[in-house]
Amino acid sequence: MTGIDDPRASGTEGYNFAYLDEATKRMIRRAILKAVAIPGHQIPFGAREMPLPYGWGTGGIQVTAAILGPADVLKVIDQGADDTTNAISIRRFFTRVAGVATTESTAEASIIQTRHRIPEKALREDQVIVYQVPQPEPLSKLEPRRAETERLHALADYGLMHVRLYEDIARLGHIAKAYDYPVMVNGRYLMSPSPIPAFDNPKMDRMPALQLFGAGREKRIYAIPPYTPVRSLDFEDHPFRPIRAPHACALCGSTESYLDEVLTDDAGGRMFVCSDTDYCGERQVAVAQEAAE
Amino acid sequence: MTPLSPGFADPVLDAQACFRAVLEAMSRPGRVVVAGAALRPPAPLCRAAAAVLLTLADADTPLWSDAGANAEAWLRFHCGAAFVTAPDHAAFVLATGTPPALDALQPGSEEQPQRGATLVVQVASLGAGHGWRLTGPGIEHEHRLAVTGAPGGFLAAWAMNRARFPRGVDVVLCAEDRLAALPRTVAIQEG
Ligand SMILES: [Zn+2]
Repeated sequence: MTGIDDPRASGTEGYNFAYLDEATKRMIRRAILKAVAIPGHQIPFGAREMPLPYGWGTGGIQVTAAILGPADVLKVIDQGADDTTNAISIRRFFTRVAGVATTESTAEASIIQTRHRIPEKALREDQVIVYQVPQPEPLSKLEPRRAETERLHALADYGLMHVRLYEDIARLGHIAKAYDYPVMVNGRYLMSPSPIPAFDNPKMDRMPALQLFGAGREKRIYAIPPYTPVRSLDFEDHPFRPIRAPHACALCGSTESYLDEVLTDDAGGRMFVCSDTDYCGERQVAVAQEAAE
Repeated sequence: MTPLSPGFADPVLDAQACFRAVLEAMSRPGRVVVAGAALRPPAPLCRAAAAVLLTLADADTPLWSDAGANAEAWLRFHCGAAFVTAPDHAAFVLATGTPPALDALQPGSEEQPQRGATLVVQVASLGAGHGWRLTGPGIEHEHRLAVTGAPGGFLAAWAMNRARFPRGVDVVLCAEDRLAALPRTVAIQEG
């Protein structure tokens, strides 16, 4: 963990605190508040150019920049890992422009910006999770016209998505969506959970932490307030089932976490390990301590 | 004319702290948070309402107010607020006295419900632990919120506001340096 420096003294020359100018922050803050008031509804916002390319989470970065203060402790994960280039770049960016403390520990963080995972450790009321979203519109592949998807959301007409999922069942016997599996928020709005594995969807349901979503290229913000019902779309005869690889983690032995399959050598050797590196590391320490006692 | 009292001592960090307080309040309806404790806005503007507007209002957000010339001059100076005379044209509605009826404010459309107004209304006091019973998104079981000096007939008007979801008005109740929020999703029953 880095220390909290005075934000104005820690390399922010030429930048406002947290990079964005105050008018942009106000505009994003107003969008966030309306997003919280209308759970699951996408709010357009005037996204700004950021000093990182699209695909690097510029939507999530703008949401984080609009909420972040000097007392926050920021964790950034990419596919569950704190040590990828993307996660490190975003952490460095906020250290530079806001002098904010960072951590790899889920428990120590007050704000968690994430790409493609929800941490294994249950989040608390005093935490906010910010998702990076490439495509906020769950109907985009079924209805490319923006005006038409807005109309469908207004009518809560989600028949297109039900048909799409039911076609999977008819063809394959199950719903083939392993990522970005659509959810209903508070029984009203169909929402993209971002490309997290469907395994993570149940963590969104009645989560004590506030969940915010930022899409930079598509210029949309949406939110799920704490303790809000989030249901993965399914059918009575084909209930939603979160799927994980049927293995234990090769490093910590967890049989509950979401696993990544990694190659171990050139000869095709492979193993399954936790995708959440903080969770896995903590468990490895705990297992080693137990063995030593 | 007396000189204007200052706005936020640190416009950047004080606005951030106030925004997080409002975000907490909107995310957990009925929870009472502190905002603007160090402000000295002109009467009849209370500190929390002043802080909310300094944080969120600017030239892009039409503002309707009943707070009178001194308060409006202060808001115009510190946040560049653009005042309008018709409440239904306002993004923010500031009521220090009896507010306009909820159904007289901008509710947004079915496609763009985010255009629904935010009503910032001053009440006599806010307390937690007893009073109204709040349920809905942001609330695990039930939040209690004690409001004295709420506008007459507010709960009946609120039920109608809630019934037109996703259209509707969101409310921030302010008293001294305390505030609580009522997003349009929240259900309120008499305590
Ligand atoms: Zn592991």
